[in-house]
Amino acid sequence: MSAVLTDPRDVAGTVTDPELPMLTLADLGVLRDVRTAEDGTVVVTITPTYSGCPAMGVMRADLVHALHRAGFADVDVRTVLSPPWSTDWISEDGRRKLAEGGIAPPGHAPVRAAGPVPLSLGPTRRTASCPLCGSADTEELSEFSGTACKALRRCRTCREPFEHVKEI
Amino acid sequence: MAHEETVYDALDTAHGGEGQWAFGTGFDDPLAGVDTTVPDGVDAADLGAYCLMLGDDALVLCQRLTEWATRSPELEEEVAIANCGLDLLGQARLLLARAGSAGVLGRSREHATDSIPDEDALAYFRDADEFVHHHLVEADGGDFAQTMVRLLVASTFRLALFAQLRESRDPVLSAIAAKGVPELTYHRDHAARWVLRLGDGTPESHRRAQAGVDAVWPLLADLFTATEVETRLTAAGVAVDPAGVREEVRGVLTMVLERATLAVPPWPTERPSPGRAGQHTAELAPLLATLQGLAREHPAATW
Repeated sequence: MSAVLTDPRDVAGTVTDPELPMLTLADLGVLRDVRTAEDGTVVVTITPTYSGCPAMGVMRADLVHALHRAGFADVDVRTVLSPPWSTDWISEDGRRKLAEGGIAPPGHAPVRAAGPVPLSLGPTRRTASCPLCGSADTEELSEFSGTACKALRRCRTCREPFEHVKEI
Repeated sequence: MAHEETVYDALDTAHGGEGQWAFGTGFDDPLAGVDTTVPDGVDAADLGAYCLMLGDDALVLCQRLTEWATRSPELEEEVAIANCGLDLLGQARLLLARAGSAGVLGRSREHATDSIPDEDALAYFRDADEFVHHHLVEADGGDFAQTMVRLLVASTFRLALFAQLRESRDPVLSAIAAKGVPELTYHRDHAARWVLRLGDGTPESHRRAQAGVDAVWPLLADLFTATEVETRLTAAGVAVDPAGVREEVRGVLTMVLERATLAVPPWPTERPSPGRAGQHTAELAPLLATLQGLAREHPAATW
């Protein structure tokens, strides 16, 4: 067993995402805050990526589990919905790890203006380089993939399909 | 204290060591740690009733979309439809939990035991006359073209509401809306592209898309007349008057249909929504039987 970490932030920072295990919850921007209350309770704040993210329960349990193992007996994991999660919160480190894991990282998220949301009827202009061969010549197969946060693409150079964390 | 050795132990401990309520996720309160205090000057019963309306629209449409699982024209489309459904289910879960936190549970607790969370009690243990979604989402989906037309109409309406609900005085509703806007934007774009592709496609796809439009269009009649609850909550700065999104919805739909070379039917004569009053078509009963059957057959089952 590894050495006991003393700062609860360091402990929470080691917990990985159940569906993107190459990333920590901190890399993903899902881990919003870790603080110790006056009574010693470690209060962890997380935010869901999508409203229907089925991994929230596992994330919560993983955080409690890791903190318990590190000796923090009282842990309170809270959810925050606002501001809504954005792929812009994925860290540079997280983007590198995604690419190394064969998943194309997201570009910049669209600006969320107030008022009506404009419709886009054309083919998606999203671009992503192939995380396997680096080619920029890729095409979208589907805007949706194995999890809510990813789209499915194919590289026209090496012909391999790959997933792309879509901007939100 | 003894510490868990596997994540499954952690999940079990998180639920009091008594296993999981089997039909919802049961692992956590979706609003855990969110301040669910009802804002000053807002009627809790109205707020709960409104969240139920928006939640039921999402829950029932999700159920219709999941009927495409294993039956979609191609695998990528099956995944896309399931993803749209999952987003809606997430929105429904948050909204039904919000309704429960505002004390609106209807008769669901007559059947649901205490161990069942509010949102699951509302989803699985209300009868048809307590559901308050629009007929638009409960209607049989028809073929793939009609499914995409319905998704276009429903997501256009919902996105227009949610875009305005981001400014709601209820911070929970406002947060749910802000999370939902980018999701619904994806759904609407996806459905619009399919309507374009089918309408401006082969004679057969055009025929089916037009039949889908003709079947779905009359259901627009119910969407834009505010209920008394919506009128009161709009005045309180919590809800959005659906009449206020009519022109946006009409504009988007007309643009898509025209680009898709589809005929835009005359606007239907508007009426108060029977669905919002708990009056439903015969199509709801089999839908609810599928949605609720297992949970009612084995109440409070754990695994």
